[in-house]
Amino acid sequence: MSKRIGIEVAVAAAEAAALCRFDVAAVYPITPQSHVAEHLSNIVADGRIDAEFITVESEHSAMSAAMGASATGARVVTATSSQGLMYMHEVLPIASAMRLPIVMAIANRAVSGPLNILNDHSDIMPQRDSGWISLFAENGQEVVDMMIQAFKIAEHRDVQLPVNVNIDGFQLTHMVEPLEMPDQKEVDKFLPPYKPYATLHPDKPVSMGTFAMNDVYTEVMKAKDAALVNSKEVILAVWKEWEKRFGRAYEPIEGYRVKGAEILMLTMGSMGETAAVAIDELRKKGIPAGLLKMKLWRPFPFDELKKAVKGAKTLIVTDRAVSFGGPGGPVAGEVRSALYDQPTRPAIINEIIGLGGRDMMVEHFMEIVMKAAKAGRKKRKEAYEFYGVREA
Amino acid sequence: MSMPSNFKLVENFDLYAPKLTDREEYFCPGHRACQGCGEALAVRLMCKALGKDTVVTNATGCMEIVGSLYPTTAWKVPWIHVAFPNAAAVASGVEAGLKALRRQGKIADRDVKSVGIGGDGATMDIGIQALSGAMERGHDMLYVCFDNEAYMNTGIQRSSATPFGASTTTAPAGKVSIGNKTWKKNLPEIMVAHNLAYVATASHGYPLDFMNKVKKARSLKGPSYIHCFTVCPTGWRSASEITMKLARLATETGIFPLYEVENGKYRMTVEPRTPLRPVEDYLKLQGRFRHLPPDQIKVIQDRVNMEYRKLLNKVEHSKSWSEM
Ligand SMILES: Cc1ncc(C[n+]2csc(CCOP(=O)(O)OP(=O)(O)O)c2C)c(N)n1
Ligand code: SF4
Ligand SMILES: [Mg+2]
Repeated sequence: MSKRIGIEVAVAAAEAAALCRFDVAAVYPITPQSHVAEHLSNIVADGRIDAEFITVESEHSAMSAAMGASATGARVVTATSSQGLMYMHEVLPIASAMRLPIVMAIANRAVSGPLNILNDHSDIMPQRDSGWISLFAENGQEVVDMMIQAFKIAEHRDVQLPVNVNIDGFQLTHMVEPLEMPDQKEVDKFLPPYKPYATLHPDKPVSMGTFAMNDVYTEVMKAKDAALVNSKEVILAVWKEWEKRFGRAYEPIEGYRVKGAEILMLTMGSMGETAAVAIDELRKKGIPAGLLKMKLWRPFPFDELKKAVKGAKTLIVTDRAVSFGGPGGPVAGEVRSALYDQPTRPAIINEIIGLGGRDMMVEHFMEIVMKAAKAGRKKRKEAYEFYGVREA
Repeated sequence: MSMPSNFKLVENFDLYAPKLTDREEYFCPGHRACQGCGEALAVRLMCKALGKDTVVTNATGCMEIVGSLYPTTAWKVPWIHVAFPNAAAVASGVEAGLKALRRQGKIADRDVKSVGIGGDGATMDIGIQALSGAMERGHDMLYVCFDNEAYMNTGIQRSSATPFGASTTTAPAGKVSIGNKTWKKNLPEIMVAHNLAYVATASHGYPLDFMNKVKKARSLKGPSYIHCFTVCPTGWRSASEITMKLARLATETGIFPLYEVENGKYRMTVEPRTPLRPVEDYLKLQGRFRHLPPDQIKVIQDRVNMEYRKLLNKVEHSKSWSEM
């Protein structure tokens, strides 16, 4: 039986990995991920599971050691944040190209400079094209669920890709939340032991990570793209199974009060909860607003997005990172491109919000929507806006 | 891939070789190393000494490139390459993975050694952090640096292993430059400072000495380090047929002495004839030193003498930890 408990979300993420009986954890501490690292080491130190904890000397080595361990057939977990994720950048696309099903919790945090330890998504966005499956959790329950789902998705024979679970730093990692911790037996039934396709062992020697030139590189890239694209079917199936077993439903884009909504707002991560309260308030005022909470960032849920925005006049895309000198926020850029070939599409507004831990309250989300409602279909001068920026 | 049955390396090979080494090839013919490549020879010897129960993690560099062009591979032992700076970290993960799986009974209960390998660039420069971390953490692994004294794979650029006075593509000799202006970093000494139970220098010029060291390191539990000198005819602008001769000259001149440090105790494993041969005998055979005027050769000779005395002093005065 699942147990309802109050627990710090970072600790819960580590607990979820323990329920998956990881064999190896290779983690380097960084705020606000540290509690994940520390708790993983506690679990191993107490012998709660039979695993190795590698106290690597950097994040580059964390991912490298994770890859080495994963290549032997071990189930591997790691976690990082911000500068640590940037430091890993070199090896991330190699992990996916080598089809190593590593699971990584990311306590999302702003990237320097200036140095800032608070939450936004500027760490994960530069990793967008590294070929990882990328999930975004909204609350502690989703963190636990996604960490467990992640192993099942990653290790599926038709996927064999690494997965990152994005957890807003502080806003989410450091909250003590009431949540349901699945029972070990239930998780064991859901997640069978990892059966790797090939491993590093002298009984059946293989060469992994070979050099490949222009005669095959394109083919490898296409295979990786196809793996990502095809993984969606598995993700959806895993979520269906999860719902059956644990009673909680997951969708690539979760709608909130979308029925009859003329103005939709799209969020990723923990801000969905605040935005939902704002939507309730707006509805009370008679403003036909709704919310789209995107949980699946890679593979990008094109069909679900197209379906979700049908009928809406305006779509406000919130971004927690900036593509400097580019189209505004990376999420809006992708949403615009995904909807471009639709016969009818909503006007798209891009609000860059909550950078470096800048607080977003219910009133702020309401203000954003009301401003959009007032403007109607009138085109904005700017393609994007730094919401709440102080100027002069 | 296996050796053709009529393949004869040396006269009467069949008679005495099996007593000295494994006939089996684990780094097989057909790879794309240059003629006379000392590094390829050293890797081959290392594999023979390690045997089949080995997982090799290879940093980016010449050996990775020449041995693994997809869809071919020269490797008969399990082999992985991830990137340039991280072979030691990957190898430490391999060790941890094998250890966990073996303990849980998920794989056979058999001793499989994790071995990280890299060039001097991969080991001494960009990968020194990962190496230091892996060695300090006490993994049961061996790391072997194949030192050809520059970044050969990318076109003979200088590294911290490049000797003083060598002309490289980023430390070229010119009108106002004698080439590389720094002395070779002493990585074995840095490894000794990690309190490893076993650190050794080696050279493909002394194959049995090298293989014995690899076997010794392999048999130890815990981290160990071997720094293997390898001649690169392409980068050194030396004739490919004198690769072995150059490797031996490096030791005979005292430029690259062969020693091991076991539990803190230094021991010469190859005693060169004294007095040592002049460094010029070694330098003059290589294009990378051809520009050096006599006064600079003297500077090198003095430094080599001093370094050699420093080493002899350690050999004479160091004690094993158990005697302390
Ligand atoms: C992060 C990174 N920087 C630079 C390179 C380019 N690079 C590949 S191999 C190499 C040099 C290898 O030199 P070394 O380790 O001495 O091996 P060798 O080729 O000499 O055997 C360099 C600079 C790279 N692959 N990755
Ligand atoms: S460049 Fe040097 S090290 Fe590289 S394959 Fe050729 S001889 Fe060997
Ligand atoms: Mg080199």
